[in-house]
Amino acid sequence: MKQEKPGWKNLPLGDVVQAGTAESFETGDWRSERPTWHPDRCIQCLQCWIYCPDSSIIVKDSKMTGIDYKHCKGCGICAKECPVKPEKAITMGPEGK
Amino acid sequence: MVKVVAKTGNEAMAEAMRQINPDVVAAYPITPATEIVMIFAKYVADGLVDTEFVAVESEHSAMSACVGASAAGGRVMTGTSSQGLVYMYEILPIASSLRLPIVMCDVNRAISGPINIHCDHSDTMAAQDFGWIQMFSENSQEAYDGLIQAIRIAEDPRLRLPTMVTTDGFIISHCMDKIELLDDADVKNFIGAERKAADSLLNLDKPVTIGLIDLQDYYFEHRCQVADAMKNAKQVILEVADEFAKKFGRKYGLIDGYLLDDAEYVVVALGSTCGTAKVVVDEMRAKGVKAGLLKIRVFRPFPAEEIAAALSKAKAVAILDRSDTWSAQGGHVFTEVRSGMFDLKARPKMINYIYGLGGREINLEHLRQVFGDLQNVDKQPLVQYLGVRE
Repeated sequence: MKQEKPGWKNLPLGDVVQAGTAESFETGDWRSERPTWHPDRCIQCLQCWIYCPDSSIIVKDSKMTGIDYKHCKGCGICAKECPVKPEKAITMGPEGK
Repeated sequence: MVKVVAKTGNEAMAEAMRQINPDVVAAYPITPATEIVMIFAKYVADGLVDTEFVAVESEHSAMSACVGASAAGGRVMTGTSSQGLVYMYEILPIASSLRLPIVMCDVNRAISGPINIHCDHSDTMAAQDFGWIQMFSENSQEAYDGLIQAIRIAEDPRLRLPTMVTTDGFIISHCMDKIELLDDADVKNFIGAERKAADSLLNLDKPVTIGLIDLQDYYFEHRCQVADAMKNAKQVILEVADEFAKKFGRKYGLIDGYLLDDAEYVVVALGSTCGTAKVVVDEMRAKGVKAGLLKIRVFRPFPAEEIAAALSKAKAVAILDRSDTWSAQGGHVFTEVRSGMFDLKARPKMINYIYGLGGREINLEHLRQVFGDLQNVDKQPLVQYLGVRE
């Protein structure tokens, strides 16, 4: 069913909306490259969480636990900044079909 | 009790600001508006007001700070002129589309170039399309009264539109004039102790986002809301003016006529030139010429129906513009008035004078020439430049 959007008479005046709605607006489908987290190599330094320009590194109890693919745009900054050697704990690859 | 004092236009506006006691003022100095905020800053330093004064690095920042403070729910004011207003242009339509009732003291001044600090209406007229209510003042008293009314108009829940009250640079802003001041308590009662914002960034009980990206599916609706508010604005401005007249005795309209009812030859003008025109209207009347003046006090929203009704019986009308559209078709006021008159069954002949650019004097002799031309209107070109050397 197509949802009818409100007209100007029924909208709140002046582009005012409920706060915090970015979470429910899924923007991960912009992604053309996909980060993969390798928990076995991760040292829990949280550099990825610090550098992520979105909020797509999921942290629970002060531990990196995964990537929020509903919002990650695939910029690759987490993989670039990951300090683990010789193989990084986050690697980038093409987005799957 | 009526208190009669001598004040320049800038001092009168600063005094109104002290009595309004806004929550936030953000401003950057520019001639000839500097003094308004300079005087007000002294009130802040002396503790006479509760205002948070934000000294910014530019007018762009001043208006941006005003938008932020107003979105946070505050009663917010600023003052500027000319290039300062031009530098605010980018932010002005944001204030109106977000429905933030910021009130601005705007001192009309020529825009560069060549650089010039004196009066014309180019700065304000170029801001006519940004969704701000625009009020012009003939003298310091009108500027003072207009600024106090502007708070009520801007914050009216039916409007929530930013409003600029203008004076003419130097002619009003720096000339000493006798004005009647209201009591502080009367001003406070008239405008209300504080703004009642429907939504505010500081209301933690109802967190909101204000001014997010608005694309093909919502932008049009939000702009349409501004158009609708502007339609309501004439009624609100008149209601506020009526209440002001009942309480304080001075009556203002969207337009104000001077010997207009039976006038055959009418000059239409804005701002300080109206005072000069009234003298010449009196002279013409003494000679038996049915001369009159139509002063446009509110330019946005444009009172087209009121003007058409007031001019419908005139024989010839001269519309005076202190700015040019560079359309080669006349000035801003001419274009609007002519359009507003188009649907009348019988229209007077209308001609346009562009005058006073960069503070060029307009005196009694110029107005005499205009009324003379009106009595011989068929021989006049559509647009003339009055008082310029050829």
